Amino acid sequence: MELTFTHHQSAHCENGVASNLLKNSGLNISEPMVFGIGSGLFFVYLPFIKVNYAPAISYRTLPGQIFNKVANRLNLKIKRQKFSSVSNANKALDENLKNNIPTGLQVGVYNLSYFPDEYRFHFNAHNLVVYGKTETEYLVSDPVMETVTTLTHEEMDKVRFAKGAFAPRGQMYYPIQIPNNVDLKSAIIKGIKNTCRDMLAPMPIVGVRGIKFVSKRIRKWPLKHGTRKANHYLAQMVRMQEEIGTGGGGFRFIYAAFLQEASVILGNEELKELSKEMTQIGDSWRDFAVEASRIYKNRSAKEDAYNTIADELLDIANREEIFFKKLKKAIS
Amino acid sequence: MEKDNVPQDQSNLTKNNVKELLYATDENGNYTTTLSTGWEPKTIALSNSIDEINERIADAKQQVLNGESSPIVYFMEVNKMDLTILSSYVGFWKWRVKRHFKPSVFATLSDKILKKYADTFEISIEELKNSITK
Repeated sequence: MELTFTHHQSAHCENGVASNLLKNSGLNISEPMVFGIGSGLFFVYLPFIKVNYAPAISYRTLPGQIFNKVANRLNLKIKRQKFSSVSNANKALDENLKNNIPTGLQVGVYNLSYFPDEYRFHFNAHNLVVYGKTETEYLVSDPVMETVTTLTHEEMDKVRFAKGAFAPRGQMYYPIQIPNNVDLKSAIIKGIKNTCRDMLAPMPIVGVRGIKFVSKRIRKWPLKHGTRKANHYLAQMVRMQEEIGTGGGGFRFIYAAFLQEASVILGNEELKELSKEMTQIGDSWRDFAVEASRIYKNRSAKEDAYNTIADELLDIANREEIFFKKLKKAIS
Repeated sequence: MEKDNVPQDQSNLTKNNVKELLYATDENGNYTTTLSTGWEPKTIALSNSIDEINERIADAKQQVLNGESSPIVYFMEVNKMDLTILSSYVGFWKWRVKRHFKPSVFATLSDKILKKYADTFEISIEELKNSITK
């Protein structure tokens, strides 16, 4: 059984699944548009939570939030279901396929056999679409892959019921109602406002202030934790920023693409200029990654080097602070 | 980032023939998407993490051989897990799993409990008990 479903590759899984599912239901909406309206851009530093034995840093909001916000702001209805038993989860998915509904799933990455081994770690907030089933396999559209792929039935059970943080518990979701006319303009403005509020939040570990906080901490890493651990922390941070899914520069380039698209829809020239500025900030994030990689490549930790990249990060934070204040003004 | 400057470095993706999608600007400054085979700073970050994992596995193995840890610790590292993840897979409280890390406690575990660990690591109870010390 195979449903008609057009696969488009995307940078990030959640935007990609949302965009692909909506396109499939007749609402043509790009990945950057989903990301912008869903206020995906974020920064949070959680030193008390360890991921791969390093402090957690996220450049995006919590899993599921992007699509939920998009649905809210465009008046779409999305059905989400979680399951306590594997067999019920399978039944519901098969039922959906029978009813001709391509279905989004939250899955764990560790047992995705089509990923390169190096990328298979215990991360549970990945998303993909199932659009068919054969005797032995499910037909899978994973938005970070170039083409469609498959998972065996056993693998599907494992990835849907992966354990640990953000355990998917078989979660599946799909749009059930899409209005004929959607109000993109007001949705874009709501999305931008939300992002400005997040990035300028008066909390020490969130948004621009969070970036400044990390910059302060980085200076202390080599002394406090020793070379090996400090380098490991830094490498993890770069992975979060650049690994498959961010579209480069910790989502800054996707966001710049969104602002460019938004400037056309809203007829707002200022947003076009701001898009260019965001691109430059994204380039600075890339430079930061290059400098950081020099440190952990040499396996040395001169305090100097750590201070240099901390300065770079602080400069980025200051520029983003100005940027989001301007952005807030541009749409008010 | 301009489209022409999108890095096409060798990476762990290359050998699997996977390319990732990036957003970049064209000659008119308009955004478009393009594929990348990889980027060196990222590849170094990834291999740094893999080295880290391999060192942890080697350390764990040594601890088991020295009689300081039970084999559960070794297989946890091999499966890239930590205490939190392992405890949610086997369905025991963290403090209980931590107790099972002790060789003296491990030696007294029933087959029923061992099987939970073995299933999680996708090995047999026999392998869980003896494969390292052999």
